[in-house]
Amino acid sequence: MKIAIPVDNKSKDTDVCVSFGRAPFFLIYDSESEEGQFLPNDAAKMTGGAGVKAAQIVVDSGAKILLTPRCGKNAADVISAADISIYKTIHKTAMENITAFLADELDTLDEIHAGFHGA
Amino acid sequence: MNIAILSGKGGTGKTLLAVNLAAVANGASYIDCDVEEPNGHLFFKPDSLEVDTVTVKIPQVNDDLCDGCLKCVEFCRFNALAYSNKLMIFDDICHSCGGCVLLCPQKALTEKDKAIGEIRTGKSKDVDVVTGIMNSGVASGVPIIDELQKHIREKSKDGKHVFIDCPPGSSCVVMDSIKNADYCILVAEPSIFGVHNLEMVHELVELFEKDYGVVLNKVQTGENPSEDYCLANDINILGSIPFDPELGLLNSNGKIAARENTEYNKFFSALLDAVLKEARVETTINP
Repeated sequence: MKIAIPVDNKSKDTDVCVSFGRAPFFLIYDSESEEGQFLPNDAAKMTGGAGVKAAQIVVDSGAKILLTPRCGKNAADVISAADISIYKTIHKTAMENITAFLADELDTLDEIHAGFHGA
Repeated sequence: MNIAILSGKGGTGKTLLAVNLAAVANGASYIDCDVEEPNGHLFFKPDSLEVDTVTVKIPQVNDDLCDGCLKCVEFCRFNALAYSNKLMIFDDICHSCGGCVLLCPQKALTEKDKAIGEIRTGKSKDVDVVTGIMNSGVASGVPIIDELQKHIREKSKDGKHVFIDCPPGSSCVVMDSIKNADYCILVAEPSIFGVHNLEMVHELVELFEKDYGVVLNKVQTGENPSEDYCLANDINILGSIPFDPELGLLNSNGKIAARENTEYNKFFSALLDAVLKEARVETTINP
């Protein structure tokens, strides 16, 4: 099973990025092979619609799980349409959260914000 | 003559000036292009209102025809489209360029109308009042201002004067508002902040090679950095509106000073003469 997570950089001990749509990279972690792959997030520097485009990248990656501290409505709509489940991160680094998810310690993300458009 | 009134920020006196100039200009038109917050109608209180809805085209998908090729998703530079088991369209992000519809190899996309605002036309004594209003939540007022341009061209046909009340600032909506302007009046406050905002619109009208002059508002005795800026940059000052509690009171009560007060009627008539004289000279030299 593939797990997607927005991250700050391409190192193994990277932190989770505070933003979903504008994270510089997504870590796509395969829980079977225990291997990770970093995808650049082309949406990060877009003037608008970053959440939608970032969600498209996650959908196209084949991930079935998304771990993120927050997620906007447009992005969540795209993610949910692909039957990807969204869980809320509680730890600082990406690997800590993946370990927590696999140990069934993360809750689903219920607060979907309206987006920061024009804010 | 189409005269646009603009300033780098809100509250400098664009509407005060535009409304009063239109009121003394004998059968002029007042066009409110500040579609996010039009307020000229509060002064004119126009009657016999006609309301027209402004729409833009946005795509809709026929899911039976869409084969998920992603051509539209990859094309859209605004990211208004996503494909997640089926094509999803985000109306609020769409800029109505129509590219996705042209591009779709399956002809699965067609266009539909989306209402984004309205244009209200009415009459206040001898002034034709046209107001553009954007619906809340809409990203850009430009299509409404484009629609207002038709009214500007129509109203100025028989040589009548059209006063264009612009949105504040110097962004796309302002650029669109001054498109058909023969002359621009920049309204400026006597403060350092006022100079900063004056500089922004000064740069804009220079960029668009418009003829322009400045009206100083809220003028008191003492320093006036905006006046200094005009003198230093050789900008023509068309007139100065004094900082006057009576004018402020009339204005804050939604009254048109030129219609209520003889002195202000004379004042704005003289200011209009100065504007027209200058505008005619400028447009003759630089047609």
